[in-house]
Amino acid sequence: MAAGVAAWLPFARAAAIGWMPVANCPMPLAPTDKNKRQDELIILNVSGRRFQTWRTTLERYPDTLLGSTEKEFFFNEDTKEYFFDRDPEVFRCILNFYRTGKLHYPRYECISAYDEELAFYGILPEIIGDCCYEEYKDRKRENAERLMDDNDSENNQEGSMPSLNFRETMWRAFENPHTSTLALVFYYVTGFFIAVSVITNVVETVPCGTVPGNKELPCGERYAVAFFCLDTACVMIFTVEYLLRLFAAPSRYRFMRSVMSIIDVVAIMPYYIGLVMTDNEDVSGAFVTLRVFRVFRIFKFSRHSQGLRILGYTLKSCASELGFLLFSLTMAIIIFATVMFYAEKGSSASKFTSIPASFWYTIVTMTTLGYGDMVPKTIAGKIFGSICSLSGVLVIALPVPVIVSNFSRIYHQNQRADKRRAQKKARLARIRVAKTGSSNAYLHSKRNGLLNEALELTGSTDDEQHISKSTSLIESQHHHLLHCLEKTTNHEFIDEQLFEQNCMDSSMQNYPSTRSPSLSSQQGLTTSCCSRRNKKTTHLPNSSVPATRLRSMQELSTIHIQCSEQPSLTTSRSSLNMKSDDGLRPNCKASQITTAIISIPTPPVLTPEGESRPPPGSPSHATNISTASSNIVKVSAL
Amino acid sequence: MTTVCHRPEGLEQLEAQTNFTKRELQVLYRGFKNECPSGVVNEETFKQIYAQFFPHGDASMYAHYLFNAFDTAQNGSVKFEDFVTALSILLRGTVHEKLRWTFNLYDINKDGYINKEEMMDIVKAIYDMMGKYTYPVLKEDAPRQHVEVFFQKMDKNKDGVVTLDEFIESCQEDDNIMRSLQLFENVM
Repeated sequence: MAAGVAAWLPFARAAAIGWMPVANCPMPLAPTDKNKRQDELIILNVSGRRFQTWRTTLERYPDTLLGSTEKEFFFNEDTKEYFFDRDPEVFRCILNFYRTGKLHYPRYECISAYDEELAFYGILPEIIGDCCYEEYKDRKRENAERLMDDNDSENNQEGSMPSLNFRETMWRAFENPHTSTLALVFYYVTGFFIAVSVITNVVETVPCGTVPGNKELPCGERYAVAFFCLDTACVMIFTVEYLLRLFAAPSRYRFMRSVMSIIDVVAIMPYYIGLVMTDNEDVSGAFVTLRVFRVFRIFKFSRHSQGLRILGYTLKSCASELGFLLFSLTMAIIIFATVMFYAEKGSSASKFTSIPASFWYTIVTMTTLGYGDMVPKTIAGKIFGSICSLSGVLVIALPVPVIVSNFSRIYHQNQRADKRRAQKKARLARIRVAKTGSSNAYLHSKRNGLLNEALELTGSTDDEQHISKSTSLIESQHHHLLHCLEKTTNHEFIDEQLFEQNCMDSSMQNYPSTRSPSLSSQQGLTTSCCSRRNKKTTHLPNSSVPATRLRSMQELSTIHIQCSEQPSLTTSRSSLNMKSDDGLRPNCKASQITTAIISIPTPPVLTPEGESRPPPGSPSHATNISTASSNIVKVSAL
Repeated sequence: MTTVCHRPEGLEQLEAQTNFTKRELQVLYRGFKNECPSGVVNEETFKQIYAQFFPHGDASMYAHYLFNAFDTAQNGSVKFEDFVTALSILLRGTVHEKLRWTFNLYDINKDGYINKEEMMDIVKAIYDMMGKYTYPVLKEDAPRQHVEVFFQKMDKNKDGVVTLDEFIESCQEDDNIMRSLQLFENVM
């Protein structure tokens, strides 16, 4: 029951006294109010702004969030108020709905934000009051169109339809030339040939040079063979194109009925008809007429030009205005032609011989052309002539703005669609950046975290201050979750550059298959929580995957690790620990591990961090070191 | 804008049915309602929410299996009650309950047995979440090897399927698994 009605209920009940005397049967018992508690004020704290209202106000609409027991989920025991972490501005409208029974839509509010708030509070948007409903619906429609546009362009651009057969691919290539290079080539070739054909048609009629006999010949007749060949070539291309489109069209019947296909047919028909009819001299006159239709080839350009398509679409959508224009002009022409004819009837040698003959004068005058081949001579004729020209301006000027505004609207719509598509790329790029940002955050914190652990292991304290403990609780919990995933799958997250280097190195490296005899694949104890860790080490001794990072071994004896520099955020510790002539080299070189006894590595740590090593220089166990440049670091047991 | 709106049962009832306190239920509900104002989660939203935690890879398949495990009524939507019941088992339940829930998750077609294909799907979905940039490079048969090891451990009578009892028994024998089950005890 709406709020307004509920407030009037006591009055309606009191007024029922009027029926009592008239009634024959006894009245039913009135319902009593069981829990007659005092109406209490409820405090609604929405993002800090406090609203207060009576409990009964909210209970008017029991199927919304505020009217039902659902709001108990938001009750704050300490402050005895209901706290909602939502937009206070929109909440104002929502609370007014409870108070007045009418839901208003503020114009400055974004439509999707408003819809979200309505959904949160469990209010159907259909009950928006009449005063604001139209605005709401308009904005909603615009938003829906925008979303549809987005989806459409997304589908078009992604093109992730794996199961397109040949026919469908071809159709897509025809409709959207940017899908593949072949389509683009085809697009430009057909465009070129359309241009060639149109220019040929035009140049054919230009007189070029005289032939002995003092006759000016047009180029078409002088170089008849050349023009014929050109025409043939163009028509062949157009025919092939038309047949291909016909083959690829999803619905051939619909395609044949479409405007573009009709234009295609009209463009090539004259040629074929001409081929058939060349011998028959009688109908050659008709044949010449047919050549006029060749000019329709210029309309084929509309596939290539969006502006032309917009113009065509505008004209189609303004059909009623154009019709009105035509009709009113016709009316005016007939009226004025009649008047002029009768006005000029008297004068001698008048050109206004009949009413249809006066049509020409009226048209020329109304469109303010004024050729002057027909002019009125009588005074009455001149008077009506001037009225005619003045009214002509008015009649033409009326429907034209409507057509212009239609064109402008459609054109801007198209522009907006293009703009949105361009912005979409930027938007996707931003989303991608945010995503990589969060994944990089994890990797970064992992390195810092392990650095921290290793520091504690080695007991070095001086650099602890460098480690920033600025990760919040949520972040650390999220990172713990990702860490567990790593442990489950026995693989780790690394960032893109390292991954690419790994790939490069594993393909570049020509690792000799000799292994150091001291290499053993003894599996030490694992201290990790996953028993499946064992699998990882079997890769190590034989692996050609370069250990680009030094693993922090938990139980190990002498190890020689020939490893590469890290290109990344390693700090000055790297230079302290590495005995390398050149400092941080950006490229990873191949490396190998030759170990005496290996134990299971825990999550790898970046090379130089976290280890305090004795200066390298102890005897190496490595037998065969293939790569020239090497940094040999000796790690002793921790 | 969907007009489907679901309101959960009262706070007291939910408190009685689950192992959460009122305050915890409030916190859970606010988070739930924030993402799904209409009161139910459909699979799309569930996948989107879950994907936000795993930006590296593709979490959609795993989220799909999770959704099926949450959606006990198998009607394509998860209400707050389902959500909170499952969480109650996962965070505050006994070991036996947790294991049973996990078995239910793995058993994709809910026939009471886990066979190798189902396990492959699950493990593949987990590996998908890692994404492409891993160290060491993710090989094609890594999931398969993983599944082999799993089956060797779990399938006691070597009949090619794992039943609930085999699963529970094998997990209880493994200290690592037992320890990791206690990991998320004090999440809330």
